[in-house]
Amino acid sequence: MLWGVLQFPGSCDERDALHACGLTGEARLVWHEDRDLGGVDAIVIPGGFSYGDYLRAGAIARFSPAMESVAELAAGGGPVLGICNGFQVLCEAGLLPGALLLNDDLRFVCRQVELIAGGDPSSPPADRAAARSPFLAGIEAGERLSIPVKHGEGRYWAPPAILDEIEANGQIAFRYAAGQNPNGSARDIAGVLNKAGNVLGLMPHPEHAVDALTGSTDGLRLFEGAERSPA
Amino acid sequence: MARVRVLIRPKEGILDPQGKAVERALPALGFERIEHVRVGRMVELEAEDADRVPELCEKLLANPLIEDFEIESLDGA
Repeated sequence: MLWGVLQFPGSCDERDALHACGLTGEARLVWHEDRDLGGVDAIVIPGGFSYGDYLRAGAIARFSPAMESVAELAAGGGPVLGICNGFQVLCEAGLLPGALLLNDDLRFVCRQVELIAGGDPSSPPADRAAARSPFLAGIEAGERLSIPVKHGEGRYWAPPAILDEIEANGQIAFRYAAGQNPNGSARDIAGVLNKAGNVLGLMPHPEHAVDALTGSTDGLRLFEGAERSPA
Repeated sequence: MARVRVLIRPKEGILDPQGKAVERALPALGFERIEHVRVGRMVELEAEDADRVPELCEKLLANPLIEDFEIESLDGA
């Protein structure tokens, strides 16, 4: 599988994302001005501060030429992973529901957190976007993953009606474990999927959790899942 | 060119930590009975076609999911 890692002016995690993708497949950088993604099968929108986060995080990046192609890839069922700033970009672009707001205590957080996968394990798997998501292939609903967060604007928010809807659709990919919500996110939501399950946005950084040397390899499982899933 | 001011603020009901932080600082400065502080953003611009400013606000300057905006004309003020 060929991964593309999108790079904006102000991206800062593209090298770790390339490394993580390269552990499971081939990976190359895609410059934000390139309308042509170069035949990649999947896209990672990495963390950082695209366009300096001016105006709002992700607000300007969503208008870059490459994002039009990312939207087409997503519509065709291709795996799209937005991490941190990438999650903000996907929400601004309307590819994922909701928005990311300033952390409730205004502090930048940088710490390891426990995530619970697959949203609500009590809902039937067939109805869950999480059960169809390539990134969650091989991760059971209810499993705990240890992955770091580092952000100042990670408070997930959506109107209650939309939160109810995405919960019912099984679009919650990850929640922070009880007592570990680092930013005041609604209903402890750490990551959400689109309805089809092929687009995932999350605030924690799976690309920073791919080597035992840095504490956890749980993040690698997302990349492996996408690699194993049929295109 | 039409001179326009856009005021953008967090929607009612959404926690505004910046407003809260300002509010909490006020008593120490001797300002009492000040409540509901909300911190937003102001954008001023000049536009040839002022009719398109609402669309500009919807698409870029504000995120309508989380923010309200108001457009004021600065001409003849």
